[in-house]
Amino acid sequence: MPHFERLYNFACWLTHDRQEAEDLVQETYAKALKGFSSFRPGTNFRAWIYKILRNTFLTSRTGLQATSTVPLDFEGEEEVLPAVKETPESILLRRSDGQLVQQALEQLPVIYREVLLLCEVEEMSYQEISTVLAIPMGTVMSRLSRARKSLGEGLRQEFQKG
Amino acid sequence: MVCESWKAKLDTYLDGELPDEEMRSFDAHVRSCQSCSADALARVQMKRAIQVAGRRFVPGAEFRKKIQQSVVRKPQRSFRLGWMFAATAAVVLVVGMLTSAYLGTRPGRDQVFSEIADLHVATLASSSPVDVISTDRHTVKPWFQGKIPFAFNLPELQNSEFSLVGGRMTYLDQTPGAHLIYDVRKHHISVFVFQERSLPTRLDDHSLSPRKLPFNMQTWSQGGLRYFVIGDASASDIDSLAKLFKAAS
Repeated sequence: MPHFERLYNFACWLTHDRQEAEDLVQETYAKALKGFSSFRPGTNFRAWIYKILRNTFLTSRTGLQATSTVPLDFEGEEEVLPAVKETPESILLRRSDGQLVQQALEQLPVIYREVLLLCEVEEMSYQEISTVLAIPMGTVMSRLSRARKSLGEGLRQEFQKG
Repeated sequence: MVCESWKAKLDTYLDGELPDEEMRSFDAHVRSCQSCSADALARVQMKRAIQVAGRRFVPGAEFRKKIQQSVVRKPQRSFRLGWMFAATAAVVLVVGMLTSAYLGTRPGRDQVFSEIADLHVATLASSSPVDVISTDRHTVKPWFQGKIPFAFNLPELQNSEFSLVGGRMTYLDQTPGAHLIYDVRKHHISVFVFQERSLPTRLDDHSLSPRKLPFNMQTWSQGGLRYFVIGDASASDIDSLAKLFKAAS
């Protein structure tokens, strides 16, 4: 089945619940099969099926709750991060503490979590992400930038706790 | 101050999303700017950490079976409609097999190449890149005895432009290996040697550049060992060093 394992992983990250993720994936395949005629050969199949999954999530109860309060995307100039050689993030990463990165990802608002996962885990291009999330390329870039910054702040907080 | 304008685009550069010409200018800048290269390395490490942490959930066998059955067994209202569903399912399954075969090898392969590139960059950024410092292959080769679970030959460099800087032990996916550093016209080239069967993924034997990273690389398998030659030297230099290794093995 196309992208089965990756769709399931993405669904788990969106829902935070394995049962809900299974329902979401099942519904996605059912919708994909039903609407396969709407898929235009030559276009990006992966972006198409991820878009179905994501839209299905947004209309679910969990999706509606998760997106009821979301940070705004500002399209203004991004703040340039200073060049710091040793940051809490770099110390944590050097320790290879994957669990802390997972926790920081979990705590991100869903709109930041999904854009980071599509870019880093699914290795999608900005164009593909733009299709899946139905947002302009400029918003993909600013949202990614904010997501990365937010993840860094999350890691920094974990580091201060430790 | 000049670096601030580069740093604002560093993530876009590392995502491989800048126009080709800008990517090339960025490559040149990152190579020459210690601050930007250190920042780039930190951000690549963060990208890798997110990638590893993000691949977390695996579907159970029962759920997989359930989905397979639901995809194949759709309600058949008529022979014609049923045939259309079956044909669509078949198309989706074929596309799935092809894409999962492609995606199944691609991330593993890309990840190995990215890790090799990271090892190369991180070593060169270190204040002590090699543990055994010698231009003599007869000094460097024995140094690895008892440190790695295999032996390999180093090429004779007389009449070539290459010079041996030294070597160190390294690890790729918890597999021990040898890391050798060579110089050619002020460029540093890394040669990595691992046992083929210990590597996490099968690799093809051809020249390539790791995705989104500005290096030339060549990899091949010989005598049960997997070799990687990587550096910012020209593709022909990488090829020449690779040929010397192939001839020596």
